[in-house]
Amino acid sequence: MANNKTVYPYIPNSEPNIKTQMLKEVNANSVNELYSDIPAQLRFKGQMNLPVPFVSEYGLRRHIEKILGKNKSTKQFLNFLGAGCYQHYVPAVCDEINSRGEFLTAYAGEPYDDHGRFQSLFEYTSMMAELLEMDVVSVPTYDGFQAAATALRMACRITGRNKVLLPETIGRDLLSKICDYLRNDIEIITLKHNALTGGIDLNHLEDLISKDIAAVFFENPSYLGFFEINGEKIADIAHQNGAICIVSVDPISLGVITPPSHYGADIVVGDIQPLGMHMLFGGGQAGFIASRDEEKYVMQYPSRLFGIVPTRVKGEYGFGDVAYDRTSFARREEGNEWVGTAAALWGITAGVYLALMGPQGMKEIGEGILYRSQYAKQEMNKIANVSAGVFQAPQFKEFVVKFDNTGKTVAEINHSLLEKRIFGGKDLSHEFPWLGESALFCFTEIHTKEDIDQLITTLKEVLA
Amino acid sequence: MNNITAERFTDGKPNLRRFHQASWDEPIIFELGQPGQRGILVPEVEEGIKFQVGDPFKGIPDSLLRKDPPELPEMSQPAVLRHYVHISQETLGVDCNIDVGQGTCTMKYSPKINDQLARMTELTELHPLQDETTVQGILEIFWRFEQMLKEISGLDRFTMQPGAGSAAIYTNASIIRAYHASMGELDRRDEIITTIFSHPSDAACAKVAGFKVITLYPNEDGYPDIEALKAAISDRTAGLLITNPEDTGIYNPKIAEFTRLVHAAGGLCSYDQANANGILGITRAREAGFDLCHFNLHKTFSTPHGCGGPAVGATGVTKELIPFLPVPLVDFDGEKYYLDYDFPNSIGKIRPFYGVAPAVLKAYAWVMALGAEGLREVAEIAVLNNNYLLKKILAIRGASAPYAEGKRRIEQVRYSWEKLYEETGVHSDELGIRAADFGVHYWTSHHPYVVPEPCTLEPTESYSKEELDEYAAIIENVANEAYADPELVKNAPYNSTVHTIDHYPLDDPQQWCITWRAYKRKAQKIPV
Repeated sequence: MANNKTVYPYIPNSEPNIKTQMLKEVNANSVNELYSDIPAQLRFKGQMNLPVPFVSEYGLRRHIEKILGKNKSTKQFLNFLGAGCYQHYVPAVCDEINSRGEFLTAYAGEPYDDHGRFQSLFEYTSMMAELLEMDVVSVPTYDGFQAAATALRMACRITGRNKVLLPETIGRDLLSKICDYLRNDIEIITLKHNALTGGIDLNHLEDLISKDIAAVFFENPSYLGFFEINGEKIADIAHQNGAICIVSVDPISLGVITPPSHYGADIVVGDIQPLGMHMLFGGGQAGFIASRDEEKYVMQYPSRLFGIVPTRVKGEYGFGDVAYDRTSFARREEGNEWVGTAAALWGITAGVYLALMGPQGMKEIGEGILYRSQYAKQEMNKIANVSAGVFQAPQFKEFVVKFDNTGKTVAEINHSLLEKRIFGGKDLSHEFPWLGESALFCFTEIHTKEDIDQLITTLKEVLA
Repeated sequence: MNNITAERFTDGKPNLRRFHQASWDEPIIFELGQPGQRGILVPEVEEGIKFQVGDPFKGIPDSLLRKDPPELPEMSQPAVLRHYVHISQETLGVDCNIDVGQGTCTMKYSPKINDQLARMTELTELHPLQDETTVQGILEIFWRFEQMLKEISGLDRFTMQPGAGSAAIYTNASIIRAYHASMGELDRRDEIITTIFSHPSDAACAKVAGFKVITLYPNEDGYPDIEALKAAISDRTAGLLITNPEDTGIYNPKIAEFTRLVHAAGGLCSYDQANANGILGITRAREAGFDLCHFNLHKTFSTPHGCGGPAVGATGVTKELIPFLPVPLVDFDGEKYYLDYDFPNSIGKIRPFYGVAPAVLKAYAWVMALGAEGLREVAEIAVLNNNYLLKKILAIRGASAPYAEGKRRIEQVRYSWEKLYEETGVHSDELGIRAADFGVHYWTSHHPYVVPEPCTLEPTESYSKEELDEYAAIIENVANEAYADPELVKNAPYNSTVHTIDHYPLDDPQQWCITWRAYKRKAQKIPV
């Protein structure tokens, strides 16, 4: 059949002769007949108004490269932004594994045809379990925000209570997410911070805690960078009142920092983006939820949990879904929250990362981050009228820098830094007005002394 | 010399593949490596920093310092690589099989060029909080892709924030809640109506958002029953969350009547278009009267499924509901792209930042490779392939496609092996496990099994006629085996990575082992 119609490389049966032959086989004169159930008034008339396509792959590549070329990445600019998305080094093997077509394009197969997917995710949760020293870890949730929000709902289901306590220092975006997710039936109460340390004001916690509180949640390190040094006391106060202690943690800190399970956390959550994911403009986030191996906790997870089991062949490892009946896949609205596609590939990648790093790598990276952030803080404090480290509690990779006395706003300072090809810290002046003209700066293992010194020198110039 | 090629055919038809999946008998990663081995070295701290800082742990309370290192594997780099290559080979991605067996999942080809483009450092190395002037390219992609979805759906604004389809359904339920709250009617409007052949998340997400769920069942034609809808609707109705075509692949021609009835009662209508593959350019949310909808970019729009994410559930609304969308939205003032947070009635944040940018980029690139005509071709071929496969499957002994007999289906079909089960004692899931012996997936259905002994197949546009023939031949072979030798099927798999799994420990709290750490304690009896 002579035809000028495009034969699409992605669509084998778009070849006109094949299409005609198949129509014949289904006893249809045209494709339109296959749509006979769709009433005429619901049919879209004409052709959609979409851009003219680039039918050649080369043309498409040129088009996308041109648009993405308008971005200025952290390869070109020095970056000191964190605030939930972090620039760490991504080992080549992480990219190699998550680019493999088998993992990249698999989905929801059975433990037989997708054994490797089950094993890789079981190993990811198992390595996270070692990092966290907890026996149960979920496959990835969408992101750390979802993990926190779900953990709060889990705590309410476990305790049968419906009030939760959160520190006022958590990021506004996380607070917004939690408010939306709990709005229906759970009351959110915020805890004041201790002005000196930044951590939870223990007196305020004592005032607010009661037998009605389902959970006390805090971050360690916090959104504002400082460590919560009273973790054990907070957990004790929660437990004395029958509440669950939930701690959100930066997993890359745990080579050197005690896992929250050691100071009383019952549920630990966080985001694994630091463990081998590129920043991807915020597309590398994935969350985890961990707890002890107690039935009352396990049965409240909404997400899938993969377990290791024997097969009929001795010595052969198999895998399957643990307690599937708790999920919405099994019981629709009677299951726990919901389960669906989330961020599995990032979990596999984080597993690769942890296997590459090992205990020594995790220790060295934690140490290296502490060195750099402390060096940067000391150097910042040498700049006239700049005050780095608003809180006395030690920090991990981020800290708040106050510019109130410089006579310049953070927006002005960041604008000047941008002109010198530096992305300055996240402006906190709108997010936390009580911190004045402040910014959250982030330092990781990717920063050399020269990078940090360049920031300091430029800041001095900008503020001069 | 034999004619080897001729030996691969019987009676003019190709023989089934003598498939065996990779089976490396791979140890668990904790069993690999040796103490002291390293997979990667981290950047060293320069002397200048070390000298100035001194003790990096100074000031950190002893109680916060980790005493015992985490018991992670200690492996060389090639050992890590080989381990993961082995287990990747034990995973059946779209790239290696005729993936029509995971019905509802739209397992289409994910173009490699799009993956390559998403690996450009101009995307991978972008921090989401960079100054807007430095991220104009990616914001442009978000904005351009939104314009496409507006045209494809007929709705007025989209957010890319939800992290997949279920998050999008939840977002829609949350917007419905916010809308009724703004009208002062939330106290009264506490019911969401959905259907049993819509995704379980349509029910589950509505419940999390605070609604009571009413589920409609199909009538004998396979459509959700309109009389049941009328009975369910009241002044308590907040909204309708519905798929069309549903998992059966049957298009509900009365859908506009459904939305009209719900609107008349003051409710909103949300279209679960997780899978819109069969109707691109054919029919839209707007014309059917919907107020909200969502598309799974990893389904219809080809971004790879990634073993289950990362993903995007692009969520769209009509003009009236724009104020409630999650913030920020990506906007364009004619000169520059920017993030707009100025929506005081927004439901707030659904996830950190703005959405899975690489998925948005890949979906955009996919549409840009096809255009309007190409998208329609996607839909037409997906539907043609489905009806072709339908004919082939119905010719197999023991198979049926309940409801709407003799009618066309859109993009997928929920089949039933009830007859085969009654005649052989072989269940649908057992047929599926046997099918895995030939290198393909096969999926039953979500629960509950309204269609007895269900099986859901969705061929998409990505498979050739020969490949559909091959898939049907595999299923025919397995069904014939069920009749000839049921035990052969029941004892499968034989050619998979592993053999029949003992499921019992998975539901026993004393035995389940969700991590290696728990396994060491419970199975190996190693004291922790």
